[in-house]
Amino acid sequence: MSDLESFREETVAWLEANCPPEMRQPMVDESDICWGGKNPTFKPGQKEWMDKMAAKGWTVPDWPKEYGGGGLSRAETKILLQEMGRLKIRSPLSSFGIWMLGPALLHFGSEEQKLHFLPPIARGEVRWCQGYSEPGSGSDLASLQTSAEDKGDHYLINGQKIWTSYADKADWIFCLTRTDKTTKHKGISFMLFDMTNEGVETKPIVLISGQSAFCETFFTDVEVPKTYGEGVSSVVGEVNRGWDVAKYLLGHERSMISGDGSSGATSLGSKFADQYGRDEMGRLDDPMLRAQMAEMDIDVLAFRAMAERFGDTFKANLCHPAQPNMMKYAGTEINKRRHELIMSAGGSEVLEWESDASNGGLTARGWLRTKANSIEGGTSEVMLNVVSKQILQLPNA
Amino acid sequence: MPLYLNDDQKMLQDSAADFMKGEGNVAHFREFRDKNCKDGFSHALWKQFAEMGFTGILVSEDEGGLGLGHTEAGVVLEEIGRNLTPSPFLTTAVAGVEALNAGGKALRDKYFPGILSGDSVLALAIDEGAKHRPDQIAMAATRAGNGFKLDGKKQFVVQGGSADTLIVAARTSGSAGDDKGLTLFAVDTSVGGLSRDSVRLVDSAMAAHVEFDGVVVDADAVIGEVDEGGAVLKRMLNAGRAGAAAETLGVGAGAMDITVDYIKGRKQFDTIIGSFQALQHRTAHLYSEMEIARATVLKAQQMLDEGSSKAEMMVSVAKAKAGKATSLSVKEGVQMHGGVGMTDEYDIGLYMKRDRALAEFMGDTNYHTNLVAEMHGY
Repeated sequence: MSDLESFREETVAWLEANCPPEMRQPMVDESDICWGGKNPTFKPGQKEWMDKMAAKGWTVPDWPKEYGGGGLSRAETKILLQEMGRLKIRSPLSSFGIWMLGPALLHFGSEEQKLHFLPPIARGEVRWCQGYSEPGSGSDLASLQTSAEDKGDHYLINGQKIWTSYADKADWIFCLTRTDKTTKHKGISFMLFDMTNEGVETKPIVLISGQSAFCETFFTDVEVPKTYGEGVSSVVGEVNRGWDVAKYLLGHERSMISGDGSSGATSLGSKFADQYGRDEMGRLDDPMLRAQMAEMDIDVLAFRAMAERFGDTFKANLCHPAQPNMMKYAGTEINKRRHELIMSAGGSEVLEWESDASNGGLTARGWLRTKANSIEGGTSEVMLNVVSKQILQLPNA
Repeated sequence: MPLYLNDDQKMLQDSAADFMKGEGNVAHFREFRDKNCKDGFSHALWKQFAEMGFTGILVSEDEGGLGLGHTEAGVVLEEIGRNLTPSPFLTTAVAGVEALNAGGKALRDKYFPGILSGDSVLALAIDEGAKHRPDQIAMAATRAGNGFKLDGKKQFVVQGGSADTLIVAARTSGSAGDDKGLTLFAVDTSVGGLSRDSVRLVDSAMAAHVEFDGVVVDADAVIGEVDEGGAVLKRMLNAGRAGAAAETLGVGAGAMDITVDYIKGRKQFDTIIGSFQALQHRTAHLYSEMEIARATVLKAQQMLDEGSSKAEMMVSVAKAKAGKATSLSVKEGVQMHGGVGMTDEYDIGLYMKRDRALAEFMGDTNYHTNLVAEMHGY
């Protein structure tokens, strides 16, 4: 038996033996996501599962062991994720620390910063949020104005961020600040600080879905120390060169938002055939809807192949640096179309905003939420601009 | 297996690209079209295909081939598509060889040497109507003496007029729509009772209407088992469909490249039109669709090479997705070229015609979309 085959066998055995039954139920909504943090709210089984996986380093299986990871190879990581998927096991921990800050620190951080910040992320002890957008700086993110004044041993932060996902629940923030007002891209720094600092305020934003993870975040004379110990600077990378970190991280964010276009369900068509009804041939009992479902199933399978190819080429350094922009565009557009179709298949029942039958308007709220997919993390139009300029090399106007 | 070409496959891609660009380019295509060649392709070029080893890609090394897979066949087909290279590669070296690979050694010994040397051409006699409906095959093969007697008609037999051998799907029992009762035959076109009427298609390729009037073949002509041809047919169709998807992808990629190139040079209102955001967004969208199509084609080929049980689904996804993306590519191409896109002088229209013909070959987007729904059980 090859090493990978025995790894698969051992992994399956361990998952079977250790994963609590609650963590093998499908998620119903966002409240079933385990985020960890300093003041976490855990549902049954969540903490046990997070701790067990963290002890093996498997909340971040491909990170080096010294930073709390599992030290697994690409092939092993893939096997672990495949087997978790096959056994319908939930992710032990979701976190912007894992998805975004972690990769940025692994790439740009000092050894001391990695040792200080990464293990608590892996253990789910600190919940991070991302301070990027500002009211005037959406697509043109580099025009951001939140200032960080150098006060000797600390920075003084003033300004406002917007669309800060889960800022009201986060412990720490990775935040883009302006450290040089005389230049645009080269005057931005990537800073890490505690959300309990005096002068930090958050306010949730209600969206058209009636819910939201988003907040407005205000900074008034927030004092951020320059270091959290020797070699543990509060700035990642060089001062004034935070744009490089931000760009690197946006690549991660964009490929993450693009998802695999599917949110789990293998075939939308078979799901709705069961729900909607079949004709005597066993076909979904609405030929137009059936055709649209089949087109969508093809698009989702196709996009999954693309996601796999993107992942493989990204890791092997074979893809164009602007490829995440294409993925973000394509993935979010598919997801929006999927939810239009889900609403259409659900008919009047999914219009119910607050009934038990509609599970509190779950489908409709989910549909409305997807409309942000092609706005957040860079709009579809911005993605297309980048692709046409950087990949297709089309000229400026 | 990572979803990109490995180093050996990239080397093959480089040599296939050089070869098609040098020997089988659009000028070559126009030459054979304009002289109204009855075969629509150059036999001399087909011999060169053989010298390059391309005709033996799916033939095992034991039998004198390269012993490679669908991924490698797809690499060659993509370059064929990109250059509109006229050749019987898809019907002969991909679908034809794959059918013969499902048959006995005697059949392979009989046909492979001619294929490997570039002397033989195979064509597929499957379709009986204007649309690809292999589950509705009705043509009869009745037992006669030591073999079978074939009666019926086939159409859209691409390269049928120049083929030495036809792979024929016929019914040895049951009736149209039945799962069992199909049998595949390798039929030499020199046999009595077989008539062929070759017609030129929109893309200048040649396809034949073939009539079988009491064509007698002996039992050795059966590929696989009598009445069990469904499995052989499926194998051949998977190879042919994945191959057609790869060639389609090449057509779409070629069309996109010349279009992007065109809008980078064309000026209107004293401005390069490629700087207009309206065109940039449409081109970037097209690029995205082509990239996704590329991933599905490669995934389908890899799954076929791995012998995955889910390969068939991915083959249909690839044929449908490559078909849609390439259709978008050629339509956007003609539109973005403006008036000159309508002229014979510019190549973009040739790509549009090739795409249309390939779309119908072995099932169009609608056919494969329906198949995906059926495979999902709805």
